[in-house]
Amino acid sequence: MRIGWFYPIALLLVLGGAFATKHVDSNFVFYAGYVVLQFIVLATAWNILGGFTGYVNFGTAAFFAVGAYTTIALNKALGLPLLAIMPIAGIIAGLIGLAAGYFTLRLKGVFFSIATLALAVVLETAVANWGYVGGASGSYVIPPAEVPFFDNYIEGLFSLMLLLAVVAVGIARYIALSKIGRGFAAIRDDEVAAECMGVPTLRLKLIATTLSGALMGIAGAPYPFYVTYVEPTSAFSLTYAVNSIAMPLIGGTTTWFGPVIGAVLLGSLQQWATVTISSELNLLIVGVTLVAFVVLAPQGLVGLARKLFGRGGRTP
Amino acid sequence: MLDLFLNAIAAGILLGGFYAAMTVGLTISFGQLDIVNIAHPAFIVLGSFCTFVLHEHAGLDPLLAGVLLAPAFFCIGIGVYSVYYGSFERRGDESLRGLAFFFGIMFILEVLLIMTFGVDYRLVETSYIGESIKIGVIGLPFRMLVPFLAALAMAGGIYLYLSKTFTGRAILAVAQDRLALQLMGADPVRTKQIAFGIGLGTAAVAGSLLIMLGPVEPSVGRLYIGRIFAIVVLGGMGSIGGTIVAAIILGVVESMVATFYGPSWSPAVAFGFLLMTLAIRPSGLFGR
Repeated sequence: MRIGWFYPIALLLVLGGAFATKHVDSNFVFYAGYVVLQFIVLATAWNILGGFTGYVNFGTAAFFAVGAYTTIALNKALGLPLLAIMPIAGIIAGLIGLAAGYFTLRLKGVFFSIATLALAVVLETAVANWGYVGGASGSYVIPPAEVPFFDNYIEGLFSLMLLLAVVAVGIARYIALSKIGRGFAAIRDDEVAAECMGVPTLRLKLIATTLSGALMGIAGAPYPFYVTYVEPTSAFSLTYAVNSIAMPLIGGTTTWFGPVIGAVLLGSLQQWATVTISSELNLLIVGVTLVAFVVLAPQGLVGLARKLFGRGGRTP
Repeated sequence: MLDLFLNAIAAGILLGGFYAAMTVGLTISFGQLDIVNIAHPAFIVLGSFCTFVLHEHAGLDPLLAGVLLAPAFFCIGIGVYSVYYGSFERRGDESLRGLAFFFGIMFILEVLLIMTFGVDYRLVETSYIGESIKIGVIGLPFRMLVPFLAALAMAGGIYLYLSKTFTGRAILAVAQDRLALQLMGADPVRTKQIAFGIGLGTAAVAGSLLIMLGPVEPSVGRLYIGRIFAIVVLGGMGSIGGTIVAAIILGVVESMVATFYGPSWSPAVAFGFLLMTLAIRPSGLFGR
């Protein structure tokens, strides 16, 4: 297992980002960068389950919103700071992922997908009926006036999300290169054969759903501080689900860097399109790109590149 | 109290009939062909908005509009299945990319409807929608009775088609044994195209019923995904009769919860229903 170059580069990236907050004046860079980084985390988290094991999670928004609403509830009830809330958000979202997996993963994979889709609807109903966190009309979160080390809180959030993105990608890379990753790939390619060879498929699938859900929840935890006003429709927006599926599929699902490529490309494109074109058209672009890629380039950009340069391209 | 109870049951049965209309197309595509068409509710909503346009601008009766739209949806279905077959099924790649494909279609339909009609609720009004008939203490509003009867007629028609005609029997056979079907002289791909087309055709009719039942906005289809998949599974994956029974059970349970605990909890009922179906009886009520 080669680990030589990844960790130094990761460290450089985080330090570079923190350095940039001191020397770039435009806050737009950090507002836009935060969203792209958030999508790197979501796409990577989705891919740990979807790309590595082949089980499709349509409920990214549900896990993301669980994180966001954990922040709102705990911040309101106990006044906890974000850094203390994030692990709790991860645990709650992870447990939801575990439960969803436990109930449905022993059946055919599509039932897990349908259950996650329904889960998003139900959690949205529950939150909209829960007055303490603002119910359907939403609630405000006041970001702290001062953040240590940083000039303002958006630079702090940006650096936090950058760190989170690097950690998430690191986890995905570690899994992809480890024994667990080979177990995941065996499940994806032929679950029955894997089971027969002694791969503990159910346990591995539950690890994947829990880890994937937890990362999505952690990614959602800073969201209330980023937008300062959260209501169920935007926190549970289907755009999170569609983006976190589209990005890995565009990049390439079987590798750890595919989702990163997809998230950077599609995320930046959307940041650019929201400013210059309307936001609905921007969503349409995401949907059409997703369908076009699954139909025309099933292995994503990574697959296309491999085909072009002839490096062990998979034949369908 | 008894009145309330009886009315809740009657409303539940009518609602269940309507759910059957929404589900019967999915019973064919998901239950029999094993195509996980999660865009089915989105097509139903598309049917609702097409009905709205035909009603508003051409003055057509909503139900008639739904029936007239069905052939167009049939053709869309053939097109969608052809892409699906060529890109995923033939390559044996249904699970991940096939699901993402239908998810993408669902998302595109929703965004297109929002871009065209905005996020407002739309509704249709006809002379009979506001009426109701009373049998004893039970009131049956026409806006629920008409969808119920139309749903039963549609499900009955599909049942007869599947059991009496050659193509219909071929559809029932294709899920079980492709090769045997080919030996009997029917093209499996062609058969599946027709079956999927019929499934989407029912979505047009179900859409006209949906907008008759109440106002519709572009993303309302999502609320029904859990419900209709739960019905297909509980109905035994592909049985038309099972679908009707399961739909009526869900309708009655939901109506009881709405009457006695409040309507805001009905999506949760559907989800609990789905989870319980999957956890306890994944082979359905009349499991094979």
